[in-house]
Amino acid sequence: MIQVRNLKKTFGPKVAVSGISFEVKKGEVLGFLGPNGAGKSTTMRMVTGFIPPTDGEAIIGGFNIVENPIEAKRLMGYLPENAPSYADMTVLGFLNFAAELRGLSGAAQKSAVGRAVEMCFLENVLHQSVETLSKGYRHRTCFAQSIIHDPEVLILDEPTDGLDPNQKHEVRTLIRKMGETKAIIFSTHILEEVEAVCSRAIIIDRGTIVANGTPAELKCRSVSAGAISLRIASGNAREIASKLDGISSVDRTTIVSESPVAIRVFPRKNVSNNDFARALSEAAFKEQWPLLELHTEEGRLDEVFRNITLPDTKASNK
Amino acid sequence: MKSIITIAKRELTGYFASPVAFVFIVIFLILSGFFSFMVGGFFERGQASLESFFAWHPWLYLFLVPAVGMRMWSEERRLGTIELLLTMPVTPWQAIVGKFIASWAVVALALVLTFPMWITVNYLGNPDNGVILAGYVGSFLMGGAYLSITAMTSAMTRNQVVAFIVSVVLSLFLILAGYPPVTNMLVSWAKPWIVEAIASFSVMTHFEGLQKGVLDSRDILYFLSVIGFSLFSTSVIVRTHRAG
Ligand SMILES: Nc1ncnc2c1ncn2[C@@H]1O[C@H](COP(=O)(O)OP(=O)(O)OP(=O)(O)O)[C@@H](O)[C@H]1O
Ligand SMILES: [Mg+2]
Repeated sequence: MIQVRNLKKTFGPKVAVSGISFEVKKGEVLGFLGPNGAGKSTTMRMVTGFIPPTDGEAIIGGFNIVENPIEAKRLMGYLPENAPSYADMTVLGFLNFAAELRGLSGAAQKSAVGRAVEMCFLENVLHQSVETLSKGYRHRTCFAQSIIHDPEVLILDEPTDGLDPNQKHEVRTLIRKMGETKAIIFSTHILEEVEAVCSRAIIIDRGTIVANGTPAELKCRSVSAGAISLRIASGNAREIASKLDGISSVDRTTIVSESPVAIRVFPRKNVSNNDFARALSEAAFKEQWPLLELHTEEGRLDEVFRNITLPDTKASNK
Repeated sequence: MKSIITIAKRELTGYFASPVAFVFIVIFLILSGFFSFMVGGFFERGQASLESFFAWHPWLYLFLVPAVGMRMWSEERRLGTIELLLTMPVTPWQAIVGKFIASWAVVALALVLTFPMWITVNYLGNPDNGVILAGYVGSFLMGGAYLSITAMTSAMTRNQVVAFIVSVVLSLFLILAGYPPVTNMLVSWAKPWIVEAIASFSVMTHFEGLQKGVLDSRDILYFLSVIGFSLFSTSVIVRTHRAG
């Protein structure tokens, strides 16, 4: 549904996005991650046709956003960053306006507005003017606008920004559900969200894609991925660690805490997780450590995120 | 077409939800009454016409029309709603025209509400209603010309005050280029044809004829081309300068 090829944007001498390509199919939810100023919003603005790209192209459902903007925009719903909306309108008036611009009228318009209101829990504020709404409600109003025409493609720039935990949960559930039938791109700074919602994630840093994969694949790139954590009720952490170091499949160990004893054990290369876990549990059995817990670390997205983007940030600060 | 109407409708609700439209209309009515009766000597003239009423319009509009139009695009930029509007399936041109029509309708409403003036002259004497109609048409067109200039300046900035000031200056230019005291001064050090050429760009020159009841197509064409040109520039500005 969405094909982005070599998209570039420069603002004067400043390069905001330098050659981004990706594709999103129907039934996929693509997460955009990246530090502040990485170019996430700029990319979305080009994909939605708000700003023209300096180079490259974005094709939405077969329509080039620059050459056939109206057809492409018809297929898309867009929640801009900071969720702008007309302050002087009521929520209902605003949604009706959006629906009319989307070409809806009469009964279809009414049911579309009703559906969006229900999905975004706006019943209580329908007749309130947008400027008197709280931030979260304003955000939801703008979100409602983006799904009002049940679009095939959804572009959401930080859709859960400013929402309370319950609403965050609702919106994630909604995105995941809509993602089954739509092509969705959304950006976020909340990494759990990526795991909870996305089928694929892209990490952008300083205008380029630095990682692209499923959340599980990305997590595998974490240093702690594949390590095994042990928790042992009593004993001397150092002694235990040095015993573990003696095992042939162990690469190194780190002591997470002394008491209760918690140790993270990293495998050597090419050791399968099963063999590794077995070796450790056999050692524990032999040494009669009172083992409380043994589990394999999946790796953590925040670790991956920092490893990929932090060196660059530091470098650019110099 | 439907999108234009939808956008115009929204703009109008915006105008009446905020006090902008009311303030404009009330002040326009008060000032136009004040100037034509007190300053313009409406009664002293002893003739049944609205000449003293229309004569003040170029000057009244100079400040009031930019005040109406300044929010047209600046506000969209400031609130960020321009990003919503331009990612809807509408062309920038539809948005520009829709917004322009809405603010022009506010000016039209203010003009319509001056009908007591018309009733008064008709009560007091036998004015030439054709002349009055031409005056209204001219005033309406002139308001549109000022508005289109304001649309252009307001597309340039997110700051309404800047938009207001720049459009007042531009409009003042259009007035002064054909304002007799200025043209008389120019004649002393420029060739007459140059002065005339400059004056032909002025709203004064073209409003004068209409105000006297001459519905000259060249005058009407002048106002329409000012509107067309300004709105075209607006579309260029909106297209090239969206994010800033
Ligand atoms: N209109 C503009 N003029 C000049 N520079 C701009 C403009 N818009 C964005 N930029 C620059 O482009 C870069 C990318 O900005 P962008 O808003 O895309 O970042 P982001 O990834 O969305 O960041 P955040 O996480 O803070 O939302 C930034 O360095 C920003 O300063
Ligand atoms: Mg952003």
